[in-house]
Amino acid sequence: MSQIFPRSANATARLTIAGALGFVILLGWVVWTLMFSSWVTKQNEVVEQPVPFSHKHHVSGVGLDCRYCHTSVENSEFAGIPPTKTCMNCHSQIWTNAPMLEPVRASLRDNKNLTWIRVNDLPDFVYFSHEIHVHQGVGCATCHGRVDQMALTYQAAPLLMGWCLDCHRAPEKYLRPRDQVFNMAYEAPANQIELGLRLKKEYGVADVRHMTSCSICHR
Amino acid sequence: MTLDDIRTKLNGLEGRAYWRSLEELSGTPDFQQYLHQEFPANAAEFTDPAGRRQFLKLMGASLALAGVSACTRQPPEKLVPYVTQPEEIIPGRPLFYATSMPIGGVGMPLLAENHMGRPTKLEGNPEHPASLGATDVLAQASVLNLYDPDRSRNILNLGNEATWPTLTAALQTALAPLRSAGGAGFRILTEPISSPTVIDQMETLMTASPQVKWHQWDPVYGTVQGGAPDAQAIYHLDKADVVVSLDADFLGFGPTAIRNTKDFSSRRRMGTPTDALNRLYVVEPSLTLTGANADHRLTIKARDVYGFATALASALGVAGVPAAPAVSDDAGRWIPVLVDDLRAHHGRAVVVAGDHQPAAVHALARAINDAIGGTGTTVVYAAPVVATPRDGIASLRELVTDMNAGAVQLLLIVGTNPVFTAPADLDFLTALKKVPLRIHLGQQDDETGDECQWHVPEAHYLESWGDVRAFDGTVSLIQPLIEPLYGGHSFLEVLASINGVGGQSTQDLVKGYWTKAFNGQTKTKWTLQDREGRPFPTVDAFWRQALYDGFLASTSLLTGAVPTPAAPATPLSLTPPPAMTGLEIIFQPDPYILDGRNANNGWLQETPKPLSKVTWDAIAYVSPRTAERFGVMSFQRSGNGDLPLVEIQYRGRKAKMAIWPLPGTADDVVVVHFGYGRTRAGRVGTKVGQNLFTLRTSAAPWFDGGVELHETGEKYLIVSTQNHFAMEGRAPVRVVEAEEFAKNAKAVAELGAERPGPEVSLYKPFEYNGHKWGMAIDLNACTGCNACITACVAENNISVVGKDQVERTREMHWIRIDTYYEGDPSKPDGVYHQPVPCQQCEDAPCEVVCPVGATVHSDEGLNDMVYNRCVGTRYCSNNCPYKVRRFNFLLYSDFTTPELMAQRNPDVTIRSRGVMEKCTYCVQRINHARIDSKVQNRPIKDGEIKTACQQVCPADAIVFGDLNDPASRVVALKAQERNYGLLEETGTRPRTSYLAKVRNRNPALS
Repeated sequence: MSQIFPRSANATARLTIAGALGFVILLGWVVWTLMFSSWVTKQNEVVEQPVPFSHKHHVSGVGLDCRYCHTSVENSEFAGIPPTKTCMNCHSQIWTNAPMLEPVRASLRDNKNLTWIRVNDLPDFVYFSHEIHVHQGVGCATCHGRVDQMALTYQAAPLLMGWCLDCHRAPEKYLRPRDQVFNMAYEAPANQIELGLRLKKEYGVADVRHMTSCSICHR
Repeated sequence: MTLDDIRTKLNGLEGRAYWRSLEELSGTPDFQQYLHQEFPANAAEFTDPAGRRQFLKLMGASLALAGVSACTRQPPEKLVPYVTQPEEIIPGRPLFYATSMPIGGVGMPLLAENHMGRPTKLEGNPEHPASLGATDVLAQASVLNLYDPDRSRNILNLGNEATWPTLTAALQTALAPLRSAGGAGFRILTEPISSPTVIDQMETLMTASPQVKWHQWDPVYGTVQGGAPDAQAIYHLDKADVVVSLDADFLGFGPTAIRNTKDFSSRRRMGTPTDALNRLYVVEPSLTLTGANADHRLTIKARDVYGFATALASALGVAGVPAAPAVSDDAGRWIPVLVDDLRAHHGRAVVVAGDHQPAAVHALARAINDAIGGTGTTVVYAAPVVATPRDGIASLRELVTDMNAGAVQLLLIVGTNPVFTAPADLDFLTALKKVPLRIHLGQQDDETGDECQWHVPEAHYLESWGDVRAFDGTVSLIQPLIEPLYGGHSFLEVLASINGVGGQSTQDLVKGYWTKAFNGQTKTKWTLQDREGRPFPTVDAFWRQALYDGFLASTSLLTGAVPTPAAPATPLSLTPPPAMTGLEIIFQPDPYILDGRNANNGWLQETPKPLSKVTWDAIAYVSPRTAERFGVMSFQRSGNGDLPLVEIQYRGRKAKMAIWPLPGTADDVVVVHFGYGRTRAGRVGTKVGQNLFTLRTSAAPWFDGGVELHETGEKYLIVSTQNHFAMEGRAPVRVVEAEEFAKNAKAVAELGAERPGPEVSLYKPFEYNGHKWGMAIDLNACTGCNACITACVAENNISVVGKDQVERTREMHWIRIDTYYEGDPSKPDGVYHQPVPCQQCEDAPCEVVCPVGATVHSDEGLNDMVYNRCVGTRYCSNNCPYKVRRFNFLLYSDFTTPELMAQRNPDVTIRSRGVMEKCTYCVQRINHARIDSKVQNRPIKDGEIKTACQQVCPADAIVFGDLNDPASRVVALKAQERNYGLLEETGTRPRTSYLAKVRNRNPALS
């Protein structure tokens, strides 16, 4: 009786094992890459909004301060999305007939809320407070990027936990004086670490152990 | 095993022996086995082969896909800003409004937390005399009633949707012919009401149509047996050194319990071992929370309380007391001791008569209080605040008679559910059907709503304006927090429409009344002053201040000279209660479901009832000896299990109920609880438990003799948490006698097992540079009221799991109250409560065993639980000596019912399936306070952070604070001689510690 398996079967078997191993590794790599990809994090992704609102125009062009619209950024965890009334403060005077602004006018006319899609969306088990970050000298642009140059708003940072921890572990890399927080064009000085350490002390920013305790953000 | 065997076993033990349940005492092997399996129902073998194969397939697939789930893209989230933002709202920050919850016609003052227009949590109003910042279980859970998805949503006419205009038109059409006859044939049946605005509207109606009759019915709060007392007693327990309760559960039940507990516990807290304590004697037929807190407790039948009161009064030399009937030997021993103690504390003692006792007992208590100098100091008698006839039984009987006689043409039923709750002998339903037009206003389309042609959804108190008086008379405003979710209407609206002033908002009606009151144009003349006793400059200033405060301070009955109504001329010639024979039946409302009105509230269903710790059901208590006599004693159960179902026969009526042998119940007494067995309650409460209203009669709504028990041989599953999470074989509670403690300050420490010094630890010492949170729980103050459990549920979005899951030891409550008994099972010598949240150990056994670092030490000493890391190994729970960790075996959180989502606290994560959770010391509150303090550039003040359980506690038994702040209250408490750590011999170094219970027993009685 002849052999059931030909001699080449040995090679096939070895190849299969190696291939299977390779496949698992490949799969792992794919998952890993995907996990940090902008497809998952939605980094740099422009979301379609009811009104194509341009931060570039309103901030760089018109020169509005962030807090004109995001009123609660300094005293609440939520920065605040402006009510229709805030839009209409100006747009009842200018661009009153622009078709682009029809949803805003309709909102006021019919007393129906505008519905925006959240751009910087943290998972629901993360509790982020704008109030404390702004107070401790974290600039808007540090997390949100140069919003003043975004014609359409997108998420500038990956918003992954590792990205948060980068700053929580060493805030001196990013802190800026409180009066520069809302300055979009602020450039970190050459001695940033030195300045950061000084501000950290001055503003009473807690030590790394406190800042990396789980319950600081998760509860 | 019999009771005698247990007794022998107990007598053989040395020192103080505490036990949790009769099963534990019996110590059967089955029960031991039950205790050792933390999650008993989980360990079952997979016997279904098809199911097993399916399980393995799914398991394989889920393992393979486990990693992929991490890369799910988050679904887009919407942001919906206001069109016009209200001025005072800062998005992301809650607002607090003062309001009040009416219950039994009496107001419970509240501060309601409002997140972007959604009320999420209720706290007590700290400035209101009836609350002082605390609330109770019912108030905590009432926010869930607001969002109840089964509340009725439409005005119904014969089952068809109708509108408010058609209703008011139909009402006016029906009223027109009645009006010409002075309103004869028009009846209104309400709950007890103390609202000045409603009373004013009712008076307007009854002035225009004098024949209109107002009836009231409340099976819990508005029902008396043997006549209503002439005046209501308001106690000042903080001034009483000796308190005697005559079947009064003044610490455990009713809207006055909060203030009573505040005052009482202020006399139980100790600074040093020699501090004086008050002393509480309780005479009662069934173990209540008040009885559990007694220094001395005497069990006698409810019918014998009158005899006891008579004997006590005559021994004290009260004139005109009828001849005292013979009392039992025990009672005979008590009376001279009580007389001595009451006389020794003249002017600093008080006797409290129970709400369910007849007027004769109240008259005796008042006469005793007069004799011992209590009246005017420790107790004040005032006119009752509830306006309608307070004898609900008589009022309902009159209504039923008239309905049967065909004298009622139009009946408006408000809030109450008499078809379900009326005494069985009145046969309310048959009478009701003889009324041509019946209109029901209620939050649920309940049993009564079903029998009426019109049903109108009633607005919740958080949805409409109103006013109510607190037990001390303080007018408290009801301020809505939200527009009616389901289009509800309030009684005030209906009444205004009847009075021809419809179309006004409830706000206008309430404000209108108080504007008139301010101008002195109302029938009742109110003194309206600010809290400093100054008159308000304008009506606007008055109204704004009243809304801000939530109450009108100057309207309290206790301010200024108290108008004590004169005692009846011949108080003690009141008819003594009729003699009763045979086995006694005592009716009690379910402590949380009440008369069934809260049946659809999952939080209340799952809150373990005091003492028995039964959830989701009503039971009948008997004493262990009585149970043995009727052959229904079962010690053989292992934990939860099937209890014997007995048939209760009473006056020709029968009902079946499961029997629960409760230590501390008087012999030959059956205590039944009504409120269960609703047929139209909703998804949670329909067809849960047995209906006991079928036994309750108008002649004896609270207690009577002549009941029979018959074995049925049937079994019924009752689920109790009393044996769950037991720390068996150790001494978790420490109790010392006041006398002993005064002599030996180390008495508490000596009760602990020997243990290694705190320095001996394998763990690296942890340094705390900033805060170091800690908690102290005073067992001497705690009354075991369960308010902390419900407050924790509301604050931390804790899921309801249902009876089936509670049976499997899967209840999710982060804090539990362990109850321990001491002494003979048929006559326990002491009952002790111990709230057990996570102890936040310094050397936490849970932290080291977690393979994924989901539970870790924070730099402020908390054992953080990170839900998004947890993979559900449950090693932590296995390793926890306190058994305070809770696992989401199934998807308990409701992610689908939108109404319930609106209730959730946005500051706390909703946990999903497969995740461990536990007490966090309310870390969301800590974080908020920390951020506020940093932004305001100041340290966190001691007492600024209150955990939910601490804030609600009417006994102020829980104190939270910074252990690194030497001036904090918690440090002071932990320095006390009474302080000890739970199971500290295990070396976990718990951060929550307990202050031992000190009992102030009278040497003459021990």
